[in-house]
Amino acid sequence: MNAPVIHIDNVSKKYKNADFFSIDQLTLEITQGEIYGLLGPNGAGKTTLISMLCGLLKPTSGQLEINGMSFKKDAKKIKQAIGVVPQEYALYPTLTAYENLMYFGAMYGLSGEDLKSNVTESLAYLGLEKFAHKKIDTFSGGMKRRVNLIAGILHQPKILFLDEPTVGVDVQSKNVIIEHLKMLNKNGTTIIYTSHHLTEAQNFCTQVAIIDQGVIISTGTPEVLIENTEGARNLEEVFIKLTGSALRDYA
Amino acid sequence: MRKLLSSTYKELLLLSRDMGGLVILFVMPLVLIITITLIQDGSFKTINNTKIPILFVDNDKGDISDKIFDNLNKSDAFEIVTQQDDVTITEASAKSSVLKGNYQLAVVIPKNLSSDLQKKVDQNVSNILSELGVEEDTIISNEPIQAKEIKLYFDPAVQKTFKNAVINNIDKMISKIESKSIYEAFQEELSDDPSDNSLLEESNFVSFKEINPKEGELAIIPNSTQHNVPAWTLFAIFFIVIPLSINIVKEKNQGTFVRLRTNPVSYLTVLGGKIVTYLMVCLLQFLLMLAVGVYVLPLLDLPALQVGSNFITLFVVAFFSGLAAIGFGILLGTLSTTPEQSAPFGATSVVILAAIGGVWVPVFLMPRFMQLVSNISPMNWGLNAFYDVFLRQGGLKEVLPEIGMLLLFFIITVAISVIYDKKKRAV
Repeated sequence: MNAPVIHIDNVSKKYKNADFFSIDQLTLEITQGEIYGLLGPNGAGKTTLISMLCGLLKPTSGQLEINGMSFKKDAKKIKQAIGVVPQEYALYPTLTAYENLMYFGAMYGLSGEDLKSNVTESLAYLGLEKFAHKKIDTFSGGMKRRVNLIAGILHQPKILFLDEPTVGVDVQSKNVIIEHLKMLNKNGTTIIYTSHHLTEAQNFCTQVAIIDQGVIISTGTPEVLIENTEGARNLEEVFIKLTGSALRDYA
Repeated sequence: MRKLLSSTYKELLLLSRDMGGLVILFVMPLVLIITITLIQDGSFKTINNTKIPILFVDNDKGDISDKIFDNLNKSDAFEIVTQQDDVTITEASAKSSVLKGNYQLAVVIPKNLSSDLQKKVDQNVSNILSELGVEEDTIISNEPIQAKEIKLYFDPAVQKTFKNAVINNIDKMISKIESKSIYEAFQEELSDDPSDNSLLEESNFVSFKEINPKEGELAIIPNSTQHNVPAWTLFAIFFIVIPLSINIVKEKNQGTFVRLRTNPVSYLTVLGGKIVTYLMVCLLQFLLMLAVGVYVLPLLDLPALQVGSNFITLFVVAFFSGLAAIGFGILLGTLSTTPEQSAPFGATSVVILAAIGGVWVPVFLMPRFMQLVSNISPMNWGLNAFYDVFLRQGGLKEVLPEIGMLLLFFIITVAISVIYDKKKRAV
């Protein structure tokens, strides 16, 4: 069995002035080489959990370890080891794709020919080589998503966090992104991923955790979850059975 | 270091593609400095060279009103208007014209000014002479004479300084006429030949000489350019608060800031890129402003800026003023959450800092409380340092206290920004 790369022990998170816990005493281990899906309805706590794992938020209580390190002591080492692809297009609209990637690559300590070849190759893998020198604000949503992904993987991270990486993109872009992520995973990157696309998650993830109201309500491989849920034929039906069909609007 | 260089390069790229930002940073200050210097030089000339048309209502029609008319007419300041549409101006029509703003001033000479002034002078002289036991040829009536009032109607839009200048001018003129009348009255009573004016000297015994203190052979004469270029250069330097704070807010809102927080790079390095870039902008602005002062203003018939021999000190002052402005911009950008907060607040606060810093009204003319307040404006420190070099031929030693304060301001504002950001991350 592979070693755990992420260890979450009894972690809770309550935002200032909130009267409920967004993450409530959550415990989870993710082993190396997994594609781990964090699934849940809106407001379930997925983004809060990923934000804590990336060091953007501090837990209210509990312990978090990434590759055996904690943010308190080894924030810089952890940040060097992880890659983050946020839900929003975190790119400079007036810079070209190439300029954006050269900059974010440099922030990971890459430089010179290594950086240039990483950027050029990644753009080519994701079908963007022709648009490398075009400004981001002229790109379609799918193209921006692909550049957004490259910006998080240029330094070949050991662990990659993706917050809804395929939201709002066409099927073609989605397939390219998923295929590229699978290739990264084959090369040893552990992927932690959130999504509302349950069919995509079912085909893509090796393990999933269904989260609702800040707690994990079920974990396992998609196949096992489907098998263990009475009457469910796919992950979406498992999801509905476990979380209910009531709307989850929140503000 | 490489991360800092990359951040600087990124900032330069972002700035070079922001046309609005570039206009704010480079074009606006140039337009501002030329416009303000032209206006201030113009208003200076208005009092000294250009003639202002004023209405003159003569209800006296005597010697005194003639002398006042001649003196006003001879002065470089006024062009006397006594008729409108071929009709002699009355007090009522003058008042109405001034109120409408057609003229800035109307001078109304009261009835019998000449005769009553003469009577009053004769009475006074007679009284003095009789006290001294001097016998007079003529008998002077002692009936009381009412004090006279020359009315000055001012356009309500006219500034206090202009009013004071005009009032002082007319007051001086009347005093001179009065003194002359007294001398003449004495002469008439005491001289054997009253028509002989050789005893009376018209020129002033006491005169004024303006001297600009100088060290060595250098003497920089203060003028509108010498005052305006440093003041508005400083104002322009502080205007970077607006694009810089917007840049930071945008970065937060477009998500790149969140990405950077997950990267192995400190907030200080990210800020470092901005500091280096905007400092280059400040220094470039400074050089541009100097170039405009030296080469462009003379083409517009304005005095050329005299830089003197302390260019390096000026550059140092610009450097530290730039740092202070950047610190303020970073703080504002860090505290704001939207460009709608940072842009108007940035603009307003820079205008306030300029006002209390003495960019518009010299600090020594401010009320005591505001003079104390001006001490906390970084623009005041920068302006004093610039004036030390531009007008007082000061060197590095003289500007050390001011640049020390500017540096301290920069350190404090950046430190607050970094601490605030760290606290915010600890949500």
